[in-house]
Amino acid sequence: MNSLILDQLKRDKILDLLKTGKRIDGRSLDEQRPLIIETGVIPKANGSARVKLGDTEIITGVKIQPDKPFPDLGDKGILICTAEILPLADPNAEPGPPNEEVIELARVVDRGIRETEMIDLHQLVLIEDKSVIGMFIDSSVIDSGGNLFDACSYASVAGILSCTVPKYEIKDEAPVLVEGVTSKPPIKTLPVSVTMARIGDHIVVDPTKDEESCMDARITITTNSDGNICAVQKGGSDGFTAEQLLECSEMALAVGRKIRKQFEKLM
Amino acid sequence: MVKTMTQLMTEDGIRCDGRRLDELRNISIKVGVLKNADGSAYIEFGKNKILAGVFGPRDVHPKHMANPDSGILRCRYHMSPFSVTERKNPAPSRREIEISKVIKEALQPAVILKDYPRTVIDVFIEVLQADGGSRCAALDAAAVALADAGIPMRDLVSACAAGKVADRIVLDVNNEEDQEGQADMPVALMPNMGKITLLQLDGMLKPEEFKTCMQTALVGCKRVYEVQRKALMEKYFQNGEQ
Repeated sequence: MNSLILDQLKRDKILDLLKTGKRIDGRSLDEQRPLIIETGVIPKANGSARVKLGDTEIITGVKIQPDKPFPDLGDKGILICTAEILPLADPNAEPGPPNEEVIELARVVDRGIRETEMIDLHQLVLIEDKSVIGMFIDSSVIDSGGNLFDACSYASVAGILSCTVPKYEIKDEAPVLVEGVTSKPPIKTLPVSVTMARIGDHIVVDPTKDEESCMDARITITTNSDGNICAVQKGGSDGFTAEQLLECSEMALAVGRKIRKQFEKLM
Repeated sequence: MVKTMTQLMTEDGIRCDGRRLDELRNISIKVGVLKNADGSAYIEFGKNKILAGVFGPRDVHPKHMANPDSGILRCRYHMSPFSVTERKNPAPSRREIEISKVIKEALQPAVILKDYPRTVIDVFIEVLQADGGSRCAALDAAAVALADAGIPMRDLVSACAAGKVADRIVLDVNNEEDQEGQADMPVALMPNMGKITLLQLDGMLKPEEFKTCMQTALVGCKRVYEVQRKALMEKYFQNGEQ
């Protein structure tokens, strides 16, 4: 609550600057902060990535292990993305069960990767209806500087791209690990999540923590390599006009193309 | 696994429940159905049966949540264990927590909270029977319940989904179409202000489909608005009073 006055002052400053087409950190409205991706940072995981998006920093680990398929999805492997904000990442974060913001974060990251069909889950089946390979992609926010949605999504994608899938053979109907044999994950497309904030009448890409604290509304749009829009989530306590949303969808495609080039280098 | 694919659409664009592409399911709304709540509404939207109750503005508990500059809005979307085919665990799932959050954020722009500092308005939604599009139906009932509670509002909030089924854009996606269709896009609109307060999508849409899908959903929202308005008029302007 002590930040109320500060937020108001920051908001005035941020709005004043936006009127002249500038942002508080000197970026243009449709410019993302520098994205730094490092992979293979956790050798005990099957895949991992450390991603910095401006001041936001994420570590993602991918664990791959045999599992039982979901009862109604016996012809598909399992893919689960989670995200959490570690208590060391933010003065306002608390240990304990996730609050609604964290649950939304995890679900939006998961939806982006699931709905773009980044991984061909049919290729992760060992015995139909009985045994499949499960991929668990867990992201931890270790430093929170705004736009956790995109940062977690990029770290998850980079983690998946960096992973090696161990080989399992079926012996007596049970999966057994084959030592020393691995393969690349079956990648179909590269999802890119782009989050935009509306502050007053302005739409800014990749909001910082300060911009988020005074934004009116937020939208996260995930696109795939073919230029399709696959997942959308609006957030924040106000709305958008239809025109603003169409502008956002175009922006998401344009910014997405740039980020996707960075992912392609990891393949 | 042998999966019987239900045919979602005939060649001439008739959907699995007999509707045309741009047709809504049946909607009926009753206002003021709960004695204890300050405002309430019951909606039937296709096979959805949903109750919404509003309490407040009232004291905030826990107290630290209170905002000295404005009232706060809280929302709980909950599905009854018997509302779906397989019994649902009554504890709130992650899906329900996310939906509660997006519904709250969809209603918030319409509610004038500034007038009620240090108080809370609680919106409780109970899905008694679930069909496709339950979050939209829940929102429609919640908006009406807020109005019924006499809470000052800038506008109503009307929600409806559109989606892509058998390569065509359809209005108001039902359960089968949600499960096996190609995209589902719930949208909420403040109809008089033209402000979109909820937008979600899962599925795959080309950019031009994204645009038509959104416009289709907005047409649906406006039709839902008429039903909401009529329901409120029925309670408050009986015998032709204005």
